Amino acid sequence: MSAAVLPSPRAAAALVRAGFRRYASYRAATLAGAVTNTFFGVVKLSILFAAADAAGGAVAGYDRAALSTYTWVAQGMIAVVVLFGGAELAERVRTGDVVIDLGRPVHPVAVWLAEDLGRAGQACLVRFFGPLAFGGLVFGLSVPRQPATVPLFVVSAVLAVVVSFSCRLLVNLVAFWLLDVRGVLSVYMVASNVLSGLIVPIAFFPGWLQGLARATPFPALVQVPVDIAVERVTGTDALLALAGQAAWAVGLLAAAVWTLHRGTRRLVVQGG
Amino acid sequence: MIVELDGLSRHFVVRRPTGRFRREKRVVRAVDGISFTVAAGECVGYIGANGAGKSTTIKMLTGILVPTSGRVRVTGLEPVRQRRELARRIGVVFGQRSQLWWDLPLAESFRLLAAIHRLEPAVARARLDRCVDLLDLAAFLDTPVRQLSLGQRMRGEVTAALLHAPRLLLLDEPTVGLDIVSKEALRAFLTEERRVAGTTILLTTHDLSDIERLSDRVVVVDSGRVVHTGGLAGLAAAAGVDRVLVVDLAEPAPPLEGVPGTRFLSAEAGGLRQHLALTGSAAAAVAAVSARVELRDLTIAEPDIESVVRRLYHRAAATRPAGS
Ligand SMILES: Nc1ncnc2c1ncn2[C@@H]1O[C@H](COP(=O)(O)OP(=O)(O)O)[C@@H](O)[C@H]1O
Ligand SMILES: [Mg+2]
Repeated sequence: MSAAVLPSPRAAAALVRAGFRRYASYRAATLAGAVTNTFFGVVKLSILFAAADAAGGAVAGYDRAALSTYTWVAQGMIAVVVLFGGAELAERVRTGDVVIDLGRPVHPVAVWLAEDLGRAGQACLVRFFGPLAFGGLVFGLSVPRQPATVPLFVVSAVLAVVVSFSCRLLVNLVAFWLLDVRGVLSVYMVASNVLSGLIVPIAFFPGWLQGLARATPFPALVQVPVDIAVERVTGTDALLALAGQAAWAVGLLAAAVWTLHRGTRRLVVQGG
Repeated sequence: MIVELDGLSRHFVVRRPTGRFRREKRVVRAVDGISFTVAAGECVGYIGANGAGKSTTIKMLTGILVPTSGRVRVTGLEPVRQRRELARRIGVVFGQRSQLWWDLPLAESFRLLAAIHRLEPAVARARLDRCVDLLDLAAFLDTPVRQLSLGQRMRGEVTAALLHAPRLLLLDEPTVGLDIVSKEALRAFLTEERRVAGTTILLTTHDLSDIERLSDRVVVVDSGRVVHTGGLAGLAAAAGVDRVLVVDLAEPAPPLEGVPGTRFLSAEAGGLRQHLALTGSAAAAVAAVSARVELRDLTIAEPDIESVVRRLYHRAAATRPAGS
């Protein structure tokens, strides 16, 4: 992507704002989502507490406070990194409406990314802070001991959104080759939910599955930011973890740009 | 030349199951060797029946569809290779799609487009104010696009396509499904836009009155080929399909034979209602008729686009050398 095809800073800011405002109009869905995520957080945390008690206070290095923070940050991340996927762009490819995105003077991936960052910002307000506040009030959270933890977490969460955006974009771009992406989307959902560390922390997995998970971008979505939040990963390790996320973000974005280019070449827009 | 097409073709391969395991491959020649040009400042009507290849041509002009063969240049650029640069120079309206942000107020789409096109805020403001004024957008600028009526949305689409003052405006069926008032507002606006900004327009439509109101010239396509190019006046004549002047008279009269600019077709109700084929201007014919008899009412029946195109196509087929 050369500079001329990137949105100007003013346009990028406007697109982020548009993404933010766009999702602000779905209030009922936002509230219902936050309640669901909180409910499953309670269920998950009860099981994790039981496991920790049975193991004498901590499992795989997570004590009760860390488990609570893990649970509520992870539940909050669900909407921010859209762990349950979405097929909006695939639908635009199928109907041909993607010609509108391709017909703009700026690269569509840049436009979509800016809008997705706005969407993620909107998701933070209720869907991230909602479950987190509930969890903090009812179960208590581990309070960060180091001042760097919060800024490191914020950077990690932003990188998680970029990785998630690129993954979802790649899955959706399959629509250029397959008319129905639902199959691919379900595989993505299962893989991302399990391998991101959303269901249980990756450290709970058997060794081989941990190895498998770490070979994918999915831990960058939830496990990495959460481990920074609970201060399991700190200092140089935290910076290395961010570098790992950034590498995934850059690599996957490049793959998405290339895939879109290939897809565009074979696009046969149906309809008027 | 703003638009240059030279032997442009686009074929689609369609596969269709013909048995349990067999699939038949069929090639659809959606656009099949089309050549024409549009000069700066012209308004050209690109017309043809459903499935003639109009939309496919427009998509190739914007660079989102790769041609199978032939050459195409738009504002001097090669659309597929220079698609994004071209997007700064052209505005496009696809009648059946939207380039507006669905969940946001209409005004927000204009702000976003102005930013994307890197317009100076003052310039964008001035252009937008003009469109708001001429197209009467003020009442629904703050309404989310998904709540707009088709007519309101289409006025928004045209504004969105013109905000960056493109040299060329491509309109694919902009009036399809619109009510008369919205159609009229749009036509008046486009006429004004041409007058003030000199914007070149290429317009596909189903509606012959769009063409009459807006275009200087038409290119008629059928089955992916050009079957007629030329002025508007010649169109119906070339097709051999006439516009028909229907007059209701105050009193029965003998057949109105020999009125200049017309040909007598038929009479009804003992001569109270008469049908005359128009061979020249309608105004002159009406004047000539009313000099002879007292008129109570009159209508002009336009030939529909399908029959014009069909006729032109048959004539093209008849004059084409055998075997080509
Ligand atoms: N993506 C496509 N795949 C297969 N056939 C297509 C495709 N797009 C258009 N066609 C066919 O090409 C012909 C021209 O279509 P189109 O350009 O949309 O016509 P128009 O806009 O003049 O109505 C039609 O027969 C249509 O069915
Ligand atoms: Mg069409």
